[in-house]
Amino acid sequence: MAETKITDAAFDTDHEIRAQDSVCINESHLTHKWYHQIKYIVVGILFGVAFVKAEIISWFRIQEMFRLQSFHMFGVIGSAVVVGAISVWLIKRYNAKTIYGEKIEFHPKKFNKGQIYGGLLFGLGWAMTGACPGPLFAQLGTGAFAVLAVILSAIAGTWVYGYFRERLPH
Amino acid sequence: MLEIIKQPWPWYIAGPLIGLTVPALLILGNKHFGISANLRHICAACIPAKVPFFKYDWKKEVWNLLFVVGIIGGAAIAAIWLQNPASIELNPKLVEELAGYGITNYDSLVPGQLFSFENLLTIRGFLIMIVGGFVVGFGTRYAGGCTSGHSIMGLSNLQWPSLVATISFMVGGFLMANFILPLIMAL
Repeated sequence: MAETKITDAAFDTDHEIRAQDSVCINESHLTHKWYHQIKYIVVGILFGVAFVKAEIISWFRIQEMFRLQSFHMFGVIGSAVVVGAISVWLIKRYNAKTIYGEKIEFHPKKFNKGQIYGGLLFGLGWAMTGACPGPLFAQLGTGAFAVLAVILSAIAGTWVYGYFRERLPH
Repeated sequence: MLEIIKQPWPWYIAGPLIGLTVPALLILGNKHFGISANLRHICAACIPAKVPFFKYDWKKEVWNLLFVVGIIGGAAIAAIWLQNPASIELNPKLVEELAGYGITNYDSLVPGQLFSFENLLTIRGFLIMIVGGFVVGFGTRYAGGCTSGHSIMGLSNLQWPSLVATISFMVGGFLMANFILPLIMAL
């Protein structure tokens, strides 16, 4: 714990905007030496292997899902949610702490119409590209280098959203 | 053992493993599972252009970028050393439909006959890769998250806005796959 220090003052300058827009909010109030970040690469590696081995990064599996021709994707997402929900419940029930002894925080999400409009748009793109943002990177990792064009375009889409954000209905 | 791992993993193995990412990230450092925010961090780091939405301390979210680096690495490991030698097994109805569009190669998880640099210059390829990618990026940020952030993390935390987003994802996907994509594929 010696290398950790609390940086509450610097934390959360725009929590409101991040809570609304960015699902993954960095909740930790601690700062660490750089090598503490390595563990996230390790989790990513395990996650990437599971993505490929379960074939959920497959354009074909996504087509099957949306044509209701296979249970596979529904099973993957459904069982992931069940395991995730039980884990979150257990964390809350037993007040579990992080490995640094910090309290695990949850913030309620606010509803806005973007979840409908944006959700529909993303769904259209999901069925076209056969990938959501995670699988896009995994596809690239398997050597499908043309997917780099899709990723760059997704970054452009994010940028354009950010630019026009104030003028869009939320 | 390796032979078992090399087989495609069934949903009841892969799904729970993916679900365990949620507590793993929370316990390792209070991180909420989500991937599409990466696209925003990349914008904030590379092309902020004085847009308020990209003016924040993206360096605090470096863990999320490293998580994606791990995903790329994990996918490469799986593709190089754990690859299933057989082609993907699909519903015959889909195979028949795709054959009608000239998609016949199932060697890779991403159809090379669609996703290639040459295809970027065709109308079909441009729509699927460039327009598709654009709405993935635009839509996830507009919705405040993607399948990982809303459908897995959000639903795990019983957030009803995430349920609304997830239903919207599925409706959009259903419309595209069944009604719009066949028109694009026929181009």
